[in-house]
Formats: sequence, C-alpha cells, structure tokens
Amino acid sequence: MVDSLIHPHEAKPEIWVYLEHEGGNLQTVSLEILGKGRQLADEMGWPLCGLLLGEHVVHLAAQVFEHGADRAWVVEHPLLGSFTIDAYAAATFQTVMKGKPSVLLFGATPDGRDLAARLAVRLRTGLNADCTDLRIKRESGVLVSEVSGFGGGVLALIEMPDHRPQMATVRPGVFPVPGSMPGSQGETISVRVDLSPQMIKTRIIERHTSSTIDLTRVPVLVAGGRGVGPDFTDLEQLAHLLGGDVGATRPPVDAGYIERERQVGQTGVGCSPELAICCGISGAFHFVVGIEKAETVIAINSDPEAPIFDYADYCVVGDIHKVLPDLVQALQAARELTHD
Amino acid sequence: MTEPRIVVCVKVVPKPEEVRVDPQTRLLERANARAEINPPDMNALEMALTLKDRLSGTVEILSMGPPYFEPVLRVGLGMGADHIHLLSDRAFGGADTLATTYTLAHGIERLRSVDIVLCGEESSDGATGQVPQGLAEWLNWPQLTLVTELEIDMERHVARGQRSIKGGYEILEVPLPCVVSVKTASNEPRFMDFRLKAQAASPGRMKVWDAAALKTDVNHTGLAGSPTRVSGLASAASRERKRERLTGTSEEIIKALIEVIRNSVM
Ligand SMILES: Cc1cc2nc3c(=O)[nH]c(=O)nc-3n(C[C@H](O)[C@H](O)[C@H](O)COP(=O)(O)OP(=O)(O)OC[C@H]3O[C@@H](n4cnc5c(N)ncnc54)[C@H](O)[C@@H]3O)c2cc1C
Ligand SMILES: Nc1ncnc2c1ncn2[C@@H]1O[C@H](COP(=O)(O)O)[C@@H](O)[C@H]1O
Repeated sequence: MVDSLIHPHEAKPEIWVYLEHEGGNLQTVSLEILGKGRQLADEMGWPLCGLLLGEHVVHLAAQVFEHGADRAWVVEHPLLGSFTIDAYAAATFQTVMKGKPSVLLFGATPDGRDLAARLAVRLRTGLNADCTDLRIKRESGVLVSEVSGFGGGVLALIEMPDHRPQMATVRPGVFPVPGSMPGSQGETISVRVDLSPQMIKTRIIERHTSSTIDLTRVPVLVAGGRGVGPDFTDLEQLAHLLGGDVGATRPPVDAGYIERERQVGQTGVGCSPELAICCGISGAFHFVVGIEKAETVIAINSDPEAPIFDYADYCVVGDIHKVLPDLVQALQAARELTHD
Repeated sequence: MTEPRIVVCVKVVPKPEEVRVDPQTRLLERANARAEINPPDMNALEMALTLKDRLSGTVEILSMGPPYFEPVLRVGLGMGADHIHLLSDRAFGGADTLATTYTLAHGIERLRSVDIVLCGEESSDGATGQVPQGLAEWLNWPQLTLVTELEIDMERHVARGQRSIKGGYEILEVPLPCVVSVKTASNEPRFMDFRLKAQAASPGRMKVWDAAALKTDVNHTGLAGSPTRVSGLASAASRERKRERLTGTSEEIIKALIEVIRNSVM
C-alpha cells in the first residue's frame, strides 16, 4: 500500500472546505458545501473550516463565518491574484500540510476539479470526484461519498479508510445553500506560503467570463432535446412567462444550438427546480440525473414509448412544435385576464 | 524545426447505451455491452491527429487495461495514429485514479522525449476527469485542461490552448512537455481510413508493457496502490414520479398543463 503524506493518526478531526470566490463573493457551490459541511461537523462534533486563497481576500472571512464555518484559513499572496494551477496547488498543499485536516472538500468546478486532482496525487491520497452526497461514519470518522456511475443508474459508495485527508469534489447544485447568520464570528488563521514566480508555469494570455447562466437554482426549467431542432424560441418564451430559464440535453449543445452552460445532466448541471418541463427529450439516464431533484416534471414527446415518461409526473404525447406555441398562447391569454 | 511527439491516453469502455442496469438488483450488466474507445478520447485523438496533419511528428496511443482492449485500440491506428502502447498486467487491475496515473506516468517516462500528452475530459464509465491532472502531477509537468483549441509551437517549445472555465474561457500558455485534457465534443473525430485500416492490424504497430517492463512498484499499482474502495452500491433511488398521462383534445391538454403549472409554481 502507498501511505498518504498525512498519516491517519496525525490528521486533525476537522472538515475543510476550499472556497471559490469571484468579484468579492463566495461562489454558490462553496456555500452549498459549507452548509453540508456544517451538518457533518455538528454530527461529529468537529470544527468546520473554510480555506480561502487569493491576493486580498481576508475580508471574505466574514461571509465564511456567516455561512457556518468556525474557522477561516486565509492564504494571501500576490501570486494568488489569478488562478493558476501551479500557484494554487502549491499554496493549498502547504496549508494542508500545516493544518492536516481529516476531510477536504472542493466544488466540482473547472478550477476545483483541477486543484483537487493534482493535490490528491501530491498528498498521495484518494479523491472521490463529483459526489452527490456525503456522510461521515460516527465511530471511525471515515467519509463515505456517493458518486453516480454510468449515466446515473447506479450509485457507488466510496471510502478511503487509511488515507488523509479524505478528499472529495462535490457537484454544484446537490446541496441547498445554507441560510446566512449575519454577525456570526469565527477565528481567522493567516497562513504564510512560500511561492516564487519561477514556480508558475502557466501564462494567462486572456480571460473572458461574461456568461452568468446558472441553472442550478432556477425555479422553472424548460429543457429541450434533439426533438426541438435548432430553434429554441418557443422554449425561451415559455421560460420567460414562467420566470424560469432554458436548459438542454447534450445533442443541441453539441450541435451549437445553445450554450454549453445550459446542458443538464451528468456532464452538465444538476437542477432542483419547482417545475421542469422536458420537451423533445428521450430520457437517457445521462440527462435524467440532472432533473432528479425537480419537484414536478412535465414531459412532452411525440413518441408514446419515450423513456422520459417514466421520469415525469405529467406526460403529454404530442408534437412540441404544436403543444408549446399553444401553451405559450394560452398562458399569455390567462395572464392578460389576471392583469385586467 | 523538430516535429512533435504526441501521446494520446485512450481508455476502452463498454458502450454506455448497451450497459443495462438490472431493475431489481440495480447492478450493472456490462457483460453484453460491446467495447468502444471512450468517446471523449476520440476528441483527444482527433486533436492530436490535427496537430500531426499540421506539424508532422508522431501520434502514439497509450492505454492501461486488459488485453481485450487491443482490437478496439487499433481503430486509432486506422484513424492515423502511428503506434499503440498497452500497459497490461494483472498487477494493474482494480486501479483508482492514484494508481492509474502512477502507471500511465511510468509509461510516459519509459517512452522518453514525449512533447505533449493529450487526454479526454473524462471516462464515460468513471466520469471523474482527474486522470490528466494526476498524470501531470506524477510527471511534474504543467497542465492545460478542458481545452477546445490547442496550438503547439515547437520553436518556442510551448503549448497554447483555450480552456473552458465557469461562465467563459481563458487562453493559457505553458511550456512543453505538458499534459492536456480536451473538452468533449470540441471537434468531430475522423473516420477510419480504409488504406490505413489494412496496416492497422499489423502486429508491429503495438507494444504491450507489463509491470516488469515498466519497472513499476507493486505497492503503487492496481488495487494495492489505490486508496479508495467501493464499499457499496446503492440503488439510484430515483424519485417516484406520478407518470400521469394528460389526454383529450389539444385544448383539454393545454388546460390540464396550465393547471399543473399553476399548482407547482404559482
Ligand atoms: C459520458 C456521457 C455523458 C453524457 N452526459 C449527458 C448530459 O450531461 N446530459 C445529456 O442530456 N446527455 C448526456 N449524454 C448523452 C445522453 O446519453 C443522450 O444521448 C442524450 O441525453 C439524448 O438527448 P435527447 O433526448 O435530446 O435526444 P434523443 O435521444 O435523440 O431524443 C429525442 C427525442 O425527441 C423526441 N421528438 C422528436 N421530435 C419531436 C417533436 N416534434 N415533438 C416532440 N418530441 C419529439 C423523440 O421522440 C425522442 O424521444 C451523455 C453521454 C455520454 C456517453
Ligand atoms: N486506463 C486508462 N488508460 C489510458 N488513459 C486513461 C485511462 N483512464 C483514464 N484515461 C485518460 O484520462 C481521461 C480522463 O479519465 P477519468 O479521469 O477516468 O475520467 C480519459 O479521457 C483518458 O484520456
């Protein structure tokens, strides 16, 4: 067996959450994990710690405490101003070797995944990727991670009893955002890390982030599949009327009919809307996992045998190019009535 | 100017649509599923072959897995790859990411003088997407993940790629050698070429490496080198849905739909 750099006996009974932030705010996925982490920490009687890296980030600690953490480990350095895997992996590694947490959680975002995957090898420990649930065994302190395999049909439970920290990345949208408790206090621990420009191999030439599409929290999801064809206008109209947003299966995304951020499912986002309306979608496992948490599901498909009907509460056999315009029109009419 | 030596990491997986989940036991029935190249790896292979079309050089396929991977991997030769390296040994079985990346990294070190390693975004049976980064870590190379476009400059010895990030993209440059993961669906993989297909079956085009040839440490490979254990398979307790069919004239259906929408969101 390979030993992890941190021996199970020297690991501290603490849960750490790596916190991503953008524009002075913690990312939603980080808050979600803090919420879940708080619950696990309470069950175990362990402290919950946030791990904050950046150039000027110490002021974010207040948000960390308000969302349930007892402590914030804060790592500030000029070379952490923008995310490069080289600087972030080195700084996180040094901090983890100082604090030796038993559990270390990340959001399964592009940066979170990269960092966690690289760090797990550096620490010679395991990593459970893209988890959909987490639990800690009371007696042993062993983390049990639930991951979905093969398009979501099967859930595997994964443990690493003999390695620390027990690392996992958590899929955005699976845990609720905890309520904030304004004024909550905690302990800030400032960490000095050793970073030099020579360590940074990555040169950032350009960076563009504009899209604010985030389907994980929409109240109404109108999702379209291959059956929709290239034109999503009807779906957009319906979503607009219902105060929701448009999602899609993978084929329309691959075909370039709609943005990749709108893909729902195993390799897209998981959504938890009040209502999901699935239009022209066959109901592959890969897709269905993404609407598992929807309160109510409507499916509209021209094929009476479509598997999606097994995953829907209300099923309409019909051509979406007819049903959707009719529905939009009827909703508009109904709305005009109520506004009169 | 030197020509690039490109390695593509390719995994063979059962075709997802042929893997059935037993409704009773909720276990995977993959015995009857045919094997294929992990679809995201086809995008990595295509990106490598495009680089070779432009810059010459060689494209080699590296795969860790059992001997039955061989005929499937040969599809890659038919697409234009030059050689296959299959890392295959009983000692490699049951590997999680730590052990897989250790073994693949040994393969790359044994090949020597590789300029760039391309991987897929994730494997369709594991879908964890951590092998490329882990590989880069063992090799102590820089990484460039989730790229939709990639250029390499052999004169400056750098790779430049467009990486997908939350809500946008960034363009990054790293020195060679490096590990790249290719964003799924970022290109259209080419078909096998019938002229190449004939040569693809030639035994000289593939080399199998076992633990002895790779000089791997038994403590680091396979199940022994894997920190993680599957402790159980839970049924994907899919939420029970009502499955109620709305029938009648189209007016009645629309009315019923509006009723459902009202009740769920208003
Ligand atoms: C590793 C991996 C990961 C994947 N991840 C995802 C993922 O995250 N999300 C995802 O969605 N997919 C994912 N997929 C793909 C997935 O397996 C399916 O191929 C995909 O979900 C099918 O999309 P679809 O239902 O839109 O298309 P299809 O399966 O082609 O279904 C189209 C449906 O539209 C219906 N239809 C056609 N015309 C009309 C009409 N006029 N009116 C009404 N109905 C009509 C048809 O009856 C049919 O049921 C993944 C696949 C792999 C291998
Ligand atoms: N056994 C393997 N042999 C070769 N390449 C692999 C293997 N497992 C994973 N990979 C590569 O790593 C990528 C990501 O896989 P994963 O981290 O398992 O989701 C795949 O798309 C492959 O390019």
